[in-house]
Amino acid sequence: MTAPIIDVRGLSFAYPDGTPALFDVDFHVHQGERVALLGPNGAGKTSLVLHLNGIHSTQQGAIEVSGLPVVDENLMEIRRRVGLVFQDPDDQLFMPTVRRDVAFGPQNLGLDGDELERRVSAALEAVDITDLADRPPHHTSLGQRRRAAIAGVLAMDPEILVLDEPTSNLDPATRRELASLVVRLGITLLVVTHDLPFALEVCERAVVLDRGRVVADGPTRVLLADRELMRRHRLELPYGMVLEGGEGGRV
Amino acid sequence: MHRLAPQVKIVATFGFVVAVVVTPREAMWAFALHAVLVVATLAAARIPFGFAARRLLVLAPFLIAVATLPLLGPPPDLAWGLSRSGLWSAWNITAKALLGTLASICLAATTEAPDLVTGLERLRVPRVVTAIMGFTVRYLDVVVDDVARMNVAMRSRGYRPRWLGGVGPFARSVGGLFVRSFERGERVYLAMVSRGYAGQMPATPGAITASWLPAVVVILTAWCVAAGALVLR
Repeated sequence: MTAPIIDVRGLSFAYPDGTPALFDVDFHVHQGERVALLGPNGAGKTSLVLHLNGIHSTQQGAIEVSGLPVVDENLMEIRRRVGLVFQDPDDQLFMPTVRRDVAFGPQNLGLDGDELERRVSAALEAVDITDLADRPPHHTSLGQRRRAAIAGVLAMDPEILVLDEPTSNLDPATRRELASLVVRLGITLLVVTHDLPFALEVCERAVVLDRGRVVADGPTRVLLADRELMRRHRLELPYGMVLEGGEGGRV
Repeated sequence: MHRLAPQVKIVATFGFVVAVVVTPREAMWAFALHAVLVVATLAAARIPFGFAARRLLVLAPFLIAVATLPLLGPPPDLAWGLSRSGLWSAWNITAKALLGTLASICLAATTEAPDLVTGLERLRVPRVVTAIMGFTVRYLDVVVDDVARMNVAMRSRGYRPRWLGGVGPFARSVGGLFVRSFERGERVYLAMVSRGYAGQMPATPGAITASWLPAVVVILTAWCVAAGALVLR
């Protein structure tokens, strides 16, 4: 395997008020992988993700993104490489129109003129919202806003896309379209979610985080079929869905 | 009108309002000409007069206050306790407020709020100011939705707003709204930082080619009227 895009070693973290969030986390994502980060509420998933692009600074341990250490001097490049898509698209789409929001990242990277225009068009096209470009974000549906938020990150040409709870509040059809979209993008992906069917559909590998520790790492289907593991970490498949054991198992 | 560049409309509106303000209050004919100009613009933009009239209602409380000027102002020198200079003041304020508001209605009815912000950016208004306006425009609807949801939640649990009696829960909900908005502000900031924000909002992309002819026509007309009124005084 190639050198990992995300390489987290021995990461521990406590919030300023002393609440511990992560303990000695080892975690890696390789080029081209689609990895689900699973765990109950309060497991430390978001804390871990906010370390990946340097929003939380490392207290103990080390993080590298494609070999580049996450330290203050590298933050701009790290934030280009790690594209973070937040849970609520209203938090992420803050510019007056979708097009200007998608342009925000690349402009901060110093792009302008034709190159900027090309990046923005390509990102809008990748998520199929070219026709929404000049609309204000609040005149679009939640599913469209989520796509726009992804476009805003894709326009920075990231090496890995990190999606925080991408399916929350989406209806089943929009959720299915989102799943096929992220697979079609063909980009290295880290999906933070409790939507286990979505994780199964999109990600071949899953990492389970509970109380700040990595407690399992393996093929998504195998982990989800392990009822004892799921029960222990408060993860539940939807009512009526049964995965039959291990490798080659079926729904 | 709807397709004119926003910066052109902003400059035209501002220029017109300044001309109206400097027009001396005795020059009735000049106000009539200003009115013709603004009504012609409304017609050209196909803004229904009923729509404009309803929007003018925002002036009502202000004009009611102005209507007391001839009674409460300087010592009365006309019948019914009215004063001549008070009447002139009331007329002056009323005419100028109506014309200025009509011009703003023309601008607002033909320009989306985000385009207004873009227009101001192109007029070199400091980026901090336009960024704040942009965020306000962007999040106003989000906050209004929050208010509506909190209101539904309160009513669903038996809250019936009555005069003064309902002030307590309402005040607490305003506090809650402030906390929610503050937290959203933090999340928005994180999202900005994640996309490389380093303290400077990027410039508006897009070419700045616009025809200034309409603004020139409006401003020249209004200024000629105002200048004429000043000379003939």
